[in-house]
Amino acid sequence: MDPQRKRKIRLVVALSVAVLLAVALIYTSFSASTQAKEPSQLLNAAPGTNYEMTGTVVPGTIRKRGEGIAFRVSDREGEKTAAESIPVTYHGTVPDPFRGGREIVLTGAMQSGTFVGEPETLITKCPSKFTTKTND
Amino acid sequence: MTSLGSALLALAFIAAVSAAVIALLGRNGERRWIDLSRRVVYGFCALITVCVVIIEIAFANNDFSFNIVQQHSSIETPTFYKLAAMWSSQEGSLLLWAWVLSIVSSVALFATRNKLREIVPWATAVLMGVASFFTGLMLFAPDVNPFAGLSPAPSDGIGLNPLLQHPSMMIHPPMLYSGYVSLTVPFAFAIGALITRRLDAEWIRSTRRFALIAWTFLGFGLLLGARWSYTELGWGGYWAWDPVENAALMPWLIVTAFLHSIMVQEKRGMLKVWNACLIVASFSLALLGTFLVRSGVLQSIHAFGDNTVGPYILALIGVVVLGSTALIISRLDDMRSEKRIDSLVSRESVFLVNNLLLVALTAVIAWGTFFPLISELFTGTKASLAAPWFDRYTTPLAILLVLFTGIGPLLAWRRVSWASAKRVFRIPLAVGIVATIALALFSDAAHKPWALALFGFAAFAITGLGQEFWNGASARRKISGGTMAGALIAVVSRNRRRYGGYIIHIGIAVVLIGIAASSSFQTNRNVNLRPGQTTDIAGWKVTYLRPTAKVDRLAFTAGAVLRVAWNGESFTLHPDTRYYRPTGGESSGLTGFFDGESDSDIGLKAGLAQDFWTAVRPDIAGVQRRARAADKGFEECVKGAPGTPAQCKAVGALMKAAAANPKLRPVALAQIERLQSLTAQSIAKSYLAESPAATFKVIVNPLVTWMWIGGLIALAGALLALWPSRGRRRGALVRTEADAQKEAKYREIRDAELDHASGKLSDHDFALLDAELRKEAVAILDRVDGNGNGNGAHANGHSHPNADGAPEKLEQS
Repeated sequence: MDPQRKRKIRLVVALSVAVLLAVALIYTSFSASTQAKEPSQLLNAAPGTNYEMTGTVVPGTIRKRGEGIAFRVSDREGEKTAAESIPVTYHGTVPDPFRGGREIVLTGAMQSGTFVGEPETLITKCPSKFTTKTND
Repeated sequence: MTSLGSALLALAFIAAVSAAVIALLGRNGERRWIDLSRRVVYGFCALITVCVVIIEIAFANNDFSFNIVQQHSSIETPTFYKLAAMWSSQEGSLLLWAWVLSIVSSVALFATRNKLREIVPWATAVLMGVASFFTGLMLFAPDVNPFAGLSPAPSDGIGLNPLLQHPSMMIHPPMLYSGYVSLTVPFAFAIGALITRRLDAEWIRSTRRFALIAWTFLGFGLLLGARWSYTELGWGGYWAWDPVENAALMPWLIVTAFLHSIMVQEKRGMLKVWNACLIVASFSLALLGTFLVRSGVLQSIHAFGDNTVGPYILALIGVVVLGSTALIISRLDDMRSEKRIDSLVSRESVFLVNNLLLVALTAVIAWGTFFPLISELFTGTKASLAAPWFDRYTTPLAILLVLFTGIGPLLAWRRVSWASAKRVFRIPLAVGIVATIALALFSDAAHKPWALALFGFAAFAITGLGQEFWNGASARRKISGGTMAGALIAVVSRNRRRYGGYIIHIGIAVVLIGIAASSSFQTNRNVNLRPGQTTDIAGWKVTYLRPTAKVDRLAFTAGAVLRVAWNGESFTLHPDTRYYRPTGGESSGLTGFFDGESDSDIGLKAGLAQDFWTAVRPDIAGVQRRARAADKGFEECVKGAPGTPAQCKAVGALMKAAAANPKLRPVALAQIERLQSLTAQSIAKSYLAESPAATFKVIVNPLVTWMWIGGLIALAGALLALWPSRGRRRGALVRTEADAQKEAKYREIRDAELDHASGKLSDHDFALLDAELRKEAVAILDRVDGNGNGNGAHANGHSHPNADGAPEKLEQS
C-alpha cells in the first residue's frame, strides 16, 4: 500500500472514531441530563420524574423532620413568602452555607405535592464571593 | 489615597497602551523602539505593583474609605486574611490578573531581549493589549474600580466571608491566576510567530518554560482547591465537576497536551498547526475560566453575584478565538510539516495519541460544562449533567492516559526495534500483570474493573519509569564510574527536563491511584447519634462521647468529642460547627449569635492506607429557641415592665440617657454587649445540658492520601524540569538564535545517546539516528560561521564514545 493511501485510511479511521465519540456524547447527555426547573414550574410537573430545582430557601421555614429536614423553596425572582413556594424534604447533611434566603440547587422529584430531594445533591450557592449588588 | 491609586492605575493603563503602540513601531526589528517598549512594560509592572501595595496597605490599616476594604475586611478580620482579602473581591481579582500579567510579561521580555527580534514586537503588542484590556476594565467598567472610595469612611467593614478564612485562601487563588496568566506568554509569542511567519521551533524554545510554569501553577492551584474542599466545606469531596473547577481543569489538560506536542515540533518539525491551535485553545480556555467566575451563566458552587464585567471578557474571548483562527488559516502554507512520522511505534506517535486523549477529555468536559446552555439552545429548557455522566467518559480516558504515561518514556524518538522494545517492556509489563492478578485475587478490586485496570496500568507505568531511572544511572556509571546513587544524581541533574518529566509522570500515576481508590471504595454514611451511643461504620467503631459548646465575640461553636476505634487502635476526634455572628452591621440581638454563616471544622485521621473523615451537624433548634426567648425577655426588661430586676432597670435607664446624649452611646452599647455575651454563654451551656442528638457525616476514604503525595511528587518533578541549567545561572542567557539552535541539536544528540545507553535504541537504529543528527548539527554549525565551535572548546574532562570529529561537550547541559 502506498503511504499516501495509508495516511488517508488512518485519517478516516481517526475521524470516524471522533464522530462516534461525539454522537455517543450528545446522545447520552440528552438522556442523562436532568431538567432545571423553578418551584413555580414544578407545581404542575409530572410526579416521579427527576428535576433539578433551583430556587431560594424561604427564611424561617427550615424544620427538622426525623433524620432529615423540611423547608420551603420559592422562585429566585419571586416573592420570598410561604405562599409562592413549594415544600421540600431532604435527607442527609446540608452544606455549610445552607440557610434561609440562600439560593440552592437540588435534584429530586415531586411526590404528592412535595419535592423530595435526593441525598448528596444539595448545592448551596456561597453568599456571593463577588458581590456587586448587596441586598442585605 | 484612593485618588492617588486611581491616578496610578490610569497611568498604568496609558503605559500598557503606549508599550503596545511603541512595540508595533518597532515591528521591522528596529532596536530603539523594541528596547523602549520593553522599558515601558517594566514601568507598567512597577505602576501596577504600587497599586497592589496601596490596596494591601489599606487592608492592613483598616482604611474603610476604600470601598474594597469595607466590603471584604473588618477590624476583627485576622491580619493574614486581610492580606488575602484583596482577591476575594471582583475588582481585586482583576487587579491581581493585571499584576501577574505585568510580572510575567516583564520576565518574558527580559529573557528574550536579545532573541526573536521579529517576533518580540508583536508578542509585546499582544501582551500589552491584554494588559490594557484588564487595566481598562478596572477603570472604565462600572463598579470594578479597586480604588472606589467611600465618604465618609464607615467605622468598620463587613468582613471576609468566614468560609474563605482558610490558609488556602492565601495561595489557592493566586496560584490559579498565575497559571491562567502565564499562558498569555506562549500565546503572545505564538501570535507573533504566526504574523511574522517565523514558524520554526524558535518561539517554542523561548516560551516553553512559561507553558511549563503555567502548567505547574494551574496544577498546584487545582490540587490546593481539591484539598481545601476536602478539609473545609463539610462535604468531604475533593472534586464535583463544578463548572468553575472544570474551567481550571480544561486549560491544564490542553497545556499538558501542548507541552508534549511542542517536543515533536522541536525535534521533528511536525504538528505546527496543531501546536498553534492548542496554545490558542488553552489561552481562550483560561479567559473562559476568568469569565465563568464572573458571569453567573452557569450554576456553580463558586457562586458569584451578577455583575458587569462578564460581557466584556466574552467579547475579548470572541476577538481572541476569531482573530487567531483567521490568522492560523491564513498561515497554513507556512506550517507544513518538515518531516513525517517514521514509525507508529515511536515516541512521537505516542505523543500524538496522548494529545488526542487529552483533547478528547477536554472536549467531554467542555460539553458537560456548557450543556445547560446547549440544551437551552436546542430544547428551550436548561438541563444539566451530574457527576455520573462526567465519570462515564473521563474514567476510561484517564485510564488510557495512565497507560500512555508509562509507554511514552519507554520508547525512543523516530523508531523502535522489536528487540529493544522487548528489552525495555519486559519487566514493567510483568509487574503490571502480576499486580493486576494479585489485586483481583486478594482485594475488593475485582468488583471494580475500571479501578482494577487503572491500578494495573499504574503499576506498569511506575515500574517502567523506575526502570528508566535505573537504566540511566547504570549507563552513566559505565562511563564515569562511582556509586549508583552518585550516577543517578549525575544523570538526573544533567537531563533535568527528561527526568523532571518522568517524575511528573510518576506523580500523576500516583494521584490517579488515589482518585480511583477513594472514589471506587469509599464508605460514605450519615448517622444520627446521641451522646453515649456507638455505631459501626465499615468496621470502625464510632462513639459520640459528649457535646462541646463555646461562645466568643466572633462565633458560637457547637461540636462533639468522638472516640473512634479500628483494629485495636483508637483515637478521639473533635469535629465542630461554628456559627458566626454577622459582622459589619449593628448587633442584632442574641439570635444574631446563631444566625450568621456556619462553617464546619472537620475531624480527620489521615493515614497512608485510609482516611477517617467526619463532620458534625449539631441540632441547635433548642439553642435558637432559647436565644429568641432571651431576646424577647431582654426587650421586656429594657421596657421596664413591672417586676423587672434592678440590673434591667439600670440598662433601660442607660439606654434612655444614650438616646438623649449621643456621647453615652458607646457606653450603653458596651453594656448591652456585655449582658448579651453573658446570656449567650449561658445559652451555649444549655446546649451541653440538653445534649441533643447530632448528625455525623462519616467518610472512610482508602488511599486518598496518595492523591496529595502524588501531587507533591509531580510538583517536585516540575520544579526540577524548570530549574535553570548551569549555563543560564552563570548568566549565559544572552545567546543568539543560532546558538540556541545549536544547543537544541546537541541536546537531541545527547538524548539519543542516553536512549542508546539505556537500551531503548538498538545499535543499528542509534547509528542511523546519530549520523542523521550529526549531519544536521554540522549544517547548523556552518551557518553559525565558525563561532559555534569556540563555545564548546573547553570540554570538561570526559571524552565521548561517539564524538568522532563532531561536537564535543555533550555531557553538559
